[in-house]
Amino acid sequence: MTATEVVFVALSVLAVGSALLAMTSRRLVHSALWLVVTLGAVAGCFVLMTAEFIAWVQVLVYVGAVVVLVIFALMLTRQGEGTTAEVTANRWTAALLGLVAAVGLGATTIAGFGGERIEGRRIGTAASIGDALFTDWVLPFEILSAVLLAALVGAIVLSRSGSDR
Amino acid sequence: MSLLYPLVLSSALFGIGLYGVLARRNAVLMLLGVELMLNAVNLNLVAFDAWFADRMHTGQVLTLFAIALAAAEIGLGLAIVLALFRAVRTVDVDEVGR
Repeated sequence: MTATEVVFVALSVLAVGSALLAMTSRRLVHSALWLVVTLGAVAGCFVLMTAEFIAWVQVLVYVGAVVVLVIFALMLTRQGEGTTAEVTANRWTAALLGLVAAVGLGATTIAGFGGERIEGRRIGTAASIGDALFTDWVLPFEILSAVLLAALVGAIVLSRSGSDR
Repeated sequence: MSLLYPLVLSSALFGIGLYGVLARRNAVLMLLGVELMLNAVNLNLVAFDAWFADRMHTGQVLTLFAIALAAAEIGLGLAIVLALFRAVRTVDVDEVGR
């Protein structure tokens, strides 16, 4: 095992543990904060896989924006204490399905890519990703900007439509 | 680095996210489960990009697109959850279904 693999396994354990805590915690805000730990650990994994630009985008967009948005939503939809159990009655079915999905996907990838190794021949710096994005991927990039604009307008319309009634 | 580590981590995160979507009663936490599943997919994309090492950086550019779409999805999703909360004063998916 190389040093990279040791760090990667440590980050993986951190990510899986905090993801489990995020999905099982009874305090809603704690769930969101545990998700920050998960997303940060995944960003560290991106760095170890030579994708440094993606790692920074992950920190900026997920940890910076998405989690703050989620915490705002949790605060705005706060209900009385102890009104609901936090999990549905079919939680064991859900746990079984999640386990089946994880084991199935894991077994498939182990069977398919067991001996392969990541060599890190092309580092994903901001320069190389930007180069690829604005030469080969310009059209999807522009379409994505239209999608983001539509989502923005849709979110504003949805938030305003109830308040003037 | 072996390709298996990111793939196994991604499978585990996907399973945990699926459990969150199916088991949590709070609609906001269901959306968090979806985000976790999308993150697992991103991890897979980056791992295969680093393994395949093509000139176009297909996997990493697709990861950028997936992150942007996930941001759009969570924005719209939370707007829908807030509209739901205004309408029925709860975000409990079991209560709303009744």
